[in-house]
Amino acid sequence: MPELLSIRNLKIEATSYPPGEPPKRITIVDDVSLDLQKGKVLGLIGESGAGKSTIGLSALAYGRGGADITGGQVLLTGTDILTLGKGGIRKLRGARVCYVAQSAAAAFNPAHRLGDQVIEASVKHGLMSKEEARKRALYLFGVLGLPSPETFGDRFPHQVSGGQLQRAMTAMALCPNPELIVFDEPTTALDVTTQIDVLAAIKHAIEETHTAALYITHDLAVVAQISDDIMVLRHGKMVEYGSVQQIIEAPREDYTRALVNVRQAMRQEAPDQSQALLKIDNVSAQYSNGFKVLHDVSLHLCKGQTLAIVGESGSGKSTLARVITGLLPPSQGQITFEGKPLTSALKNRSRDELRRIQLIYQMADTAMNPRQTVRDIIGRPLTFYDGLRGATKTARVKELLEQIEMSNGFIDRYPAELSGGQKQRVAIARALAARPELILCDEPTSALDPLVAEGILKLLMKLQAEQQLSYVFITHDIAIVRAIADCVAVMHRGRLVRFGPKSQALSPPFDDYTDLLLKSVPEMQLGWLERVLTTRRMASAGN
Amino acid sequence: MPDLKFRARFPLLTLIVERLLLSLMLLLAVSVLIFGGVEALPGDFASTYLGQSATPQAIANISAELGLDKPVVSRYFSWLGGALQGDFGTSWASRNSVSEQVGRRLGNSLFLAGFAAVIAVPLAIGLGMLSVHFRNRMPDKIINVISLAAISLPEFFIGYLLILYFAVNFGIATFPATVYESMGLLERLKAIALPTATLVLVVLAHMMRMTRAAILSVMSSAYMETAELKGLSAGRAIIKHAAPNALAPIINVVALNLAYLVVGVVVVEVVFVYPGMGQYMVDAVTVRDMPVVQACGLIFAAVYILLNMLADILAIVANPRLRHPR
Repeated sequence: MPELLSIRNLKIEATSYPPGEPPKRITIVDDVSLDLQKGKVLGLIGESGAGKSTIGLSALAYGRGGADITGGQVLLTGTDILTLGKGGIRKLRGARVCYVAQSAAAAFNPAHRLGDQVIEASVKHGLMSKEEARKRALYLFGVLGLPSPETFGDRFPHQVSGGQLQRAMTAMALCPNPELIVFDEPTTALDVTTQIDVLAAIKHAIEETHTAALYITHDLAVVAQISDDIMVLRHGKMVEYGSVQQIIEAPREDYTRALVNVRQAMRQEAPDQSQALLKIDNVSAQYSNGFKVLHDVSLHLCKGQTLAIVGESGSGKSTLARVITGLLPPSQGQITFEGKPLTSALKNRSRDELRRIQLIYQMADTAMNPRQTVRDIIGRPLTFYDGLRGATKTARVKELLEQIEMSNGFIDRYPAELSGGQKQRVAIARALAARPELILCDEPTSALDPLVAEGILKLLMKLQAEQQLSYVFITHDIAIVRAIADCVAVMHRGRLVRFGPKSQALSPPFDDYTDLLLKSVPEMQLGWLERVLTTRRMASAGN
Repeated sequence: MPDLKFRARFPLLTLIVERLLLSLMLLLAVSVLIFGGVEALPGDFASTYLGQSATPQAIANISAELGLDKPVVSRYFSWLGGALQGDFGTSWASRNSVSEQVGRRLGNSLFLAGFAAVIAVPLAIGLGMLSVHFRNRMPDKIINVISLAAISLPEFFIGYLLILYFAVNFGIATFPATVYESMGLLERLKAIALPTATLVLVVLAHMMRMTRAAILSVMSSAYMETAELKGLSAGRAIIKHAAPNALAPIINVVALNLAYLVVGVVVVEVVFVYPGMGQYMVDAVTVRDMPVVQACGLIFAAVYILLNMLADILAIVANPRLRHPR
């Protein structure tokens, strides 16, 4: 009996078109082999560019964006699907092998009802009649825990939430009873509290239907909950391949060890001082249409410390940063900076007030002018605030580059020539150039791979120790909070639900929301998901 | 607030009603502009009409006869009131009813524009699809270059070029494009071949390029990849998944170009001496025949606003987010 899926010495190439250079061939996946048995789950893990999605899509004989499978075999129950013709491949996709994309919001057609899209493949491949398919979809909606399964299929994609869409996409993949499903980062775009539900639903559905799965993610803690085996990939090559237990508990390779141990504590919590650098008192804010986004928020931050603001999307954490910067003046309350009231609107602030508070954004890409070199990007605040020009300015730019651990060779590069981590470093240097006292960091690491993100966090901690910087660090990642914060503020639906020193804020007794948030963060342990679900069930049974 | 509730419950209807009201207001504003603009034109009908025999007394007589001695505001309202009932007054030059004249000429103009649209719309969409099919290859590039050239040339220039080659050099087309009522359909079509070709060339490029862009953006979307990974046939993927999403922008650009067609017809009619609204209007401007100029201006504006409104409404209706609110 052959394996369900057996990939042998897979090689995938693509043509890249670097600006100003002749096109060149690059290898995306190099000599990767794997086996997957019926009903088992194999996790593929790695950073962006590791080739994990490309490998996953090869199981559907599909190359995204001009990727060509140039070598090796993809055997599905013993048949090399790469040798099938167009028609043969078409019969396979959506019937024997299905795909769940990262962004279900984009992957569903906005013009059709969810139900029709979920059953389409099963009906078109002649696997079942429309009636049977509808019945199966209904059953799957129930298994995946979607609200009112009977009418869920009548909705359009824009009428349901992100977490529900992701589950609907899973139902779409499960509907034709496939032998294999490729999950491509199905929970990455979701909030943690939503992620845990979707993760549980997927796990339950896989067990219920005995389908096999390739589960692609960059989050080792997530894949540890759902897989039987794990393959670690880097730069298109296999690093390590083993059972979940072996990878998590006894990783053999340095790279795997680094992934497992990512984000250990980096900073000892500093004591709360009486003199606060930034003090926010009873601040409320609303949009110009009257929609209230912040309700009566009070907190403070001491000099040289880090205040982490955590919450899900829509919790108001970024709005709070906008209020501090003056982009959105508060409708009520006051902000005090170094003992003096801070001018509420940005346009009324003095240049010195502006200089003292700087920002680092989530997307360094869009926060920098692509037509300016690193020299101009970092040099601009030097001229604007301190009037530096010519050789003194260049010398200072070089000094800043040294502080962010980048060589002078980068000074005349454009943002497009930098990696994601390097771009974020340049953004940090631009903030430092103003000699600020407070830096607002708005999810500066969430778009980065874990190890790159760790480098950025270490840099921020080093700069804090050297220059007595204070940070307001906005994030949805509890692990980061644990690693770097002194104080923690938890936000939910525009309200502050918890605030205090980290040791107090992140230990019991908890309020309901903080409890839910903390318990939803995947931990790098086997069986974590089951334990959480069991406690939840017991709690709800007790109620 | 009941208004807010209505808006929340029927966003689609609200938006459409808004568009309708907006269009009406726009038309009213345009009527003021047209009337005011024509008033402000230098030169007057009486002196142009009388020519050499223009004595101050004769001019005053004619002005009184045409009612020009009344204040502007009251003349505007009586004109607007008439226009609302379909009565645009009497032509000063010919003393005929303007509405009657306009009616016949509008028919001719719409015939020309309509015939151009019948050819241009399918051709543009077809060529757009063709260039998507051959994306970044030779046929796509050729279509692109030619359409860019056509966009860049003004319509009167294209018109004279066509006359030079097809009517003068080869003699296979008729010029001028005169039509009269007793003409048969075939004869009529033959007469308007050159003006139609000119109009088609002018609007084709824009529609074709927008069609290409709309289809390309839909084809590169994630849900088209989903369709492919579901193993759907290319035909089903395009008809069921791409078309409903590409249709809205295409309908929009088609409607906008139809509006342009109807108005752009002015220049082309003059070039080809075609007895439509445009020719009528230009003739009226030369003799300062104000009621005719005002009537033509208002009708052109109404057609333009109507087609733009249709484009807006169709785009709203095609959006599932508005058709099926949360």
